[in-house]
Amino acid sequence: MKHILKILALLVAISACWIGLLQASVIPESYTWLLPLYFIVSLGCYGVLMVGVGLMQFPTCPQEALLLHQDILEAKDFLKNKGVDVGSN
Amino acid sequence: MGNEQKENSNKYSIIIPTYNERLNIALLVYLIFKHLPNVNFEIIVVDDGSPDGTQDIVKQLQSVYGEDRILLRARPKKLGLGTAYIHGLKHASGNFVVIMDADLSHHPKYLPNFIKKQMETGADIVTGTRYVKGGGVHGWNLMRKLTSRGANVLAQTLLWPGVSDLTGSFRLYRKSVLEDVIGSCVSKGYVFQMEMIVRATRKGYNIAEVPITFVDRVYGSSKLGGSEIVEYLKGLVYLLLTT
Repeated sequence: MKHILKILALLVAISACWIGLLQASVIPESYTWLLPLYFIVSLGCYGVLMVGVGLMQFPTCPQEALLLHQDILEAKDFLKNKGVDVGSN
Repeated sequence: MGNEQKENSNKYSIIIPTYNERLNIALLVYLIFKHLPNVNFEIIVVDDGSPDGTQDIVKQLQSVYGEDRILLRARPKKLGLGTAYIHGLKHASGNFVVIMDADLSHHPKYLPNFIKKQMETGADIVTGTRYVKGGGVHGWNLMRKLTSRGANVLAQTLLWPGVSDLTGSFRLYRKSVLEDVIGSCVSKGYVFQMEMIVRATRKGYNIAEVPITFVDRVYGSSKLGGSEIVEYLKGLVYLLLTT
């Protein structure tokens, strides 16, 4: 099944629940009409929150740059001795 | 002991596409040989007609390490990343294929972890991820991080890919799996890496992850502009509709 169909199925299921709520009027109708809006707003909040958390916990590795620099010097040394032309970039 | 026997029977073909990477490719080859001392592997350099003499350096490296360990499979001009892998794959004699960038942002010291992980899990694909404990990125500004996180959240929400790092390109594939997946991938650039892993997930292949660190290129510059973001979004919609 194409992935878009899964997502559409999910949306249809959610809409069905919503229409069910409208018909059954378990909760006041004015609230029910606002539910899709809440749904979209909470989706947006989820996205912003996930990006925010991801940014705060973004894993960085400054020490890796230093290690790489040492590796580069070591590699240049070895290759130069073997006659590989690594003099200029 | 069992592991060692298995390791002996596997051969790894490391495919590295290059364009103007004469210094980086030499350093990279040295580091690969340093970190894989007891592994049967070959390096396949697919050079797209670099004008800076990348191919001359590769020939010098061949005389140091042997022409059977380093294969130069050049193409006349820049023909794109996806076809570079297909081209390299044609010449690969290993039963596993590693794909990595030539610009030293992928460090060969992680290669043993990829191999170990594959043997432990029996996975079809082992993909390097920057976004878990033990992984990380160096050299990105806030804007670059923000774009990366945003792109990732969007893709995770819409595609449910099952892996944490979609656009990373440091991966180990079972050769038959790579051959199967790569044929159905048409995207370019970042999206190509995402398409590969999403299609592999949909086909039900077993995918494992290992943490890697990513040091943005030391020599030369990497770019991420508005057009890349548009391409990414287009790719997302394309994958949504076709996978």
